[in-house]
Amino acid sequence: MSTTTTEVVQDVIKEVPKKRKPFLSKKERQILTDPLDDANPITVQVLGLCSALAVTTQVKPAFVMTLCVIFVCAFANLVISLLRNTIPSSIRMIVQLVVIASLVTVVSEMLKAFQYELSKQLSVYIGLIITNCMVMGRLEAFAMSNKPWQSFLDGIGNGIGYGAILIFVAVFRELFGSGTLFKIQIIPQFVYDFGYSNNGLMLTPAAAMFLIGIFIWWQRARKPKLIDIS
Amino acid sequence: MHYINIFVQSAFIENMVLAYFLGMCSFLAVSKTVKTAFGLGLAVIFVLALTTPLNWLIKTYLLNEGALSFLGPGFAEVDLTFLGLIVYIAVIASFVQLVEMVVEKYFPPLYTSLGIFLPLITVNCAILGGTLFMISKDYNFAESIPYGLGSGFGFFLAIVALAAIREKLRYSDVPPALRGLGIAFIITGLMGVAFMSFMGIKL
Repeated sequence: MSTTTTEVVQDVIKEVPKKRKPFLSKKERQILTDPLDDANPITVQVLGLCSALAVTTQVKPAFVMTLCVIFVCAFANLVISLLRNTIPSSIRMIVQLVVIASLVTVVSEMLKAFQYELSKQLSVYIGLIITNCMVMGRLEAFAMSNKPWQSFLDGIGNGIGYGAILIFVAVFRELFGSGTLFKIQIIPQFVYDFGYSNNGLMLTPAAAMFLIGIFIWWQRARKPKLIDIS
Repeated sequence: MHYINIFVQSAFIENMVLAYFLGMCSFLAVSKTVKTAFGLGLAVIFVLALTTPLNWLIKTYLLNEGALSFLGPGFAEVDLTFLGLIVYIAVIASFVQLVEMVVEKYFPPLYTSLGIFLPLITVNCAILGGTLFMISKDYNFAESIPYGLGSGFGFFLAIVALAAIREKLRYSDVPPALRGLGIAFIITGLMGVAFMSFMGIKL
């Protein structure tokens, strides 16, 4: 008897927050929040690593890259999802890539117009958003079989999940590799006078591999269900 | 000899995966067993070896400034290089689509084990990287062939090596939470550090 009442109480507790947020249904919220941790594009789905290694020596490019990827991923998901029933499967990759490439071109021209210095620094990697497997991976795995609004949310969620890892890695690499954050000196001069020096390894891509590896370790230690044995 | 040098250089000294850290996603995700890694490696060699020279031809005869002048004097000033990325990626996508069809038809087990990472060869940064590096190095047509082949071979070697290490790792005592993907990241980092020793060698 008591168990049933507690169950009812728990159900009621579960019900309450659902009603307060009519804007996104429970499933939609899940689509948005899952990629932040449980289905993180980098640490769980293993997508989009190249840029994660390339732009994370400093925080600022990592931040800009994150914004660009969120934009491209969300809108590519939206467009492909709208077109999903009309794309013949034999040429779907070309269609997907044309959509991604056009969006990336828009982003790169915008950057050139408003943030010229940054765009010069990032030019190759903005181009490489086209080959960011996360964008196309989400198109293949989600947008090809889901409705536009949900696909859009999925794109935003994955973009944020991807960016979170990027910024996590970039903070460590910039802080220990150059002693700065957003190019502002964080580690004070007297520490250097005591004989501290910047860690050159942190500036190599290998350091990003170690950092992501350690992040995965921490994540799996929190959530043992994510461990794969192989 | 020059061409052999380019091959060796692109396969070892400038290894796409371990020196430039390109093409990581499929590298880490598909390297669970040597067998699938072998299949993906071959597919990458095939795509990279064909698309690099092909993109060279497209760039030189269609996209460069003045390349279209054979259409008439009015086209002499046309510069289509801004279309580069889209065209290269479309070429790569069509080749990968071809590979996917062949693999699906003749090697169904490989097709299922590669899963989403077969279409994702298209966006394997190593392949577009091959084309872009080839352009930035100003290779001519004959040089682009060993370059594409060598880069593909470098990827193949790296992914098979990592898969072999991961197969052996199954018998070692890794902390549970680090098993699988986590340790693979750290091993790749270490392999990259090892490949740094090639840096600076000029052939």
